[in-house]
Amino acid sequence: MSGKDRINVFPSRMALAIMKARLAGAQKGHSLLKKKADALTLRFRQILKKIIETKMLMGDVMKEAAFSLAEAKFTTGDFNHIVLQNVNKAQLKVRSKKDNVAGVQLPVFEHYQDGTDSYELTGLARGGQQIDKLKKNYGKAVQLLVELASLQTSFVTLDEVIKITNRRVNAIEHVIIPRIERTLAYITTELDEREREEFYRLKKIQEKKKKIQKAKDIW
Amino acid sequence: MALHSAQKGRLMAVIGDEDTCTGFLLGGIGELNKKREPNFLVVDKNTSMVEIEEGFRGFLKRDDIAIVLINQTIAEMIRHVIDSHTEPIPAVLEIPSKDAPYDATKDSILRRAKGMFSSEDFR
Repeated sequence: MSGKDRINVFPSRMALAIMKARLAGAQKGHSLLKKKADALTLRFRQILKKIIETKMLMGDVMKEAAFSLAEAKFTTGDFNHIVLQNVNKAQLKVRSKKDNVAGVQLPVFEHYQDGTDSYELTGLARGGQQIDKLKKNYGKAVQLLVELASLQTSFVTLDEVIKITNRRVNAIEHVIIPRIERTLAYITTELDEREREEFYRLKKIQEKKKKIQKAKDIW
Repeated sequence: MALHSAQKGRLMAVIGDEDTCTGFLLGGIGELNKKREPNFLVVDKNTSMVEIEEGFRGFLKRDDIAIVLINQTIAEMIRHVIDSHTEPIPAVLEIPSKDAPYDATKDSILRRAKGMFSSEDFR
């Protein structure tokens, strides 16, 4: 089935030239895409490594943060409801930037301070120091998590793009280039065939002319 | 550059037990929007799975949220919803809660990454 699969063209010298140009184009595209896939995979592996490191680090940071929460609760008493009720404006926000890897836009998150602390007075009566430490620890955790989030989004995006790129590389390598090559072979055989016919025809005419000449000479 | 300075800051959302939420709110990520909707969801033992699922989907739909933090124990409960979320933004991060240590093998992202890294990365 696939052996017969070729582009439908009329076998002429012009079509041959066009096909040759297409083959060259496909090969160039293939090498370019391959390079792109390589660059992306390189970046992908770096990100993967960083993700694993950060995830492990996150475990420790979260443990520390949870521990300081317990400490603060011990000194201050239960303040969960105060905190949960007094939410208004976020002071830590996330800004996203774009990073460009081989033409792929990767989002990069960045956290920044905005506005004032709305829990300034929590723990004013007692345990203020513990609360302060708690805030600092969770601030650290947030920072790490933002970093992890941007790594993770990059990971997901890159994963998708690498798949697409590899699919394209394989399509060119295994479908498009063989098809063009088959077409080229077809055109060449057709042209050769026609040349042989032409040659045979010329010989035949020559023969006939010679015969006629001979007949004339006898007369 | 001009593009990102014009962009307004986005939020982080938390789904977790009371302590996790309290901690992160003290860290300063809590916000009520104009409709007085919070960007966090406190899950206790009375919270049903449907509520968590709806809360999670609600966070995914809001365009001012860039990162969703979720306790891994809770993530386990709505694993199918998390697995079906494939867009890069908002990023869903699973965090350990105070009574369950972090288990890397359950993480959706790390499971996707499995097989791509060698065992030496996992020391």
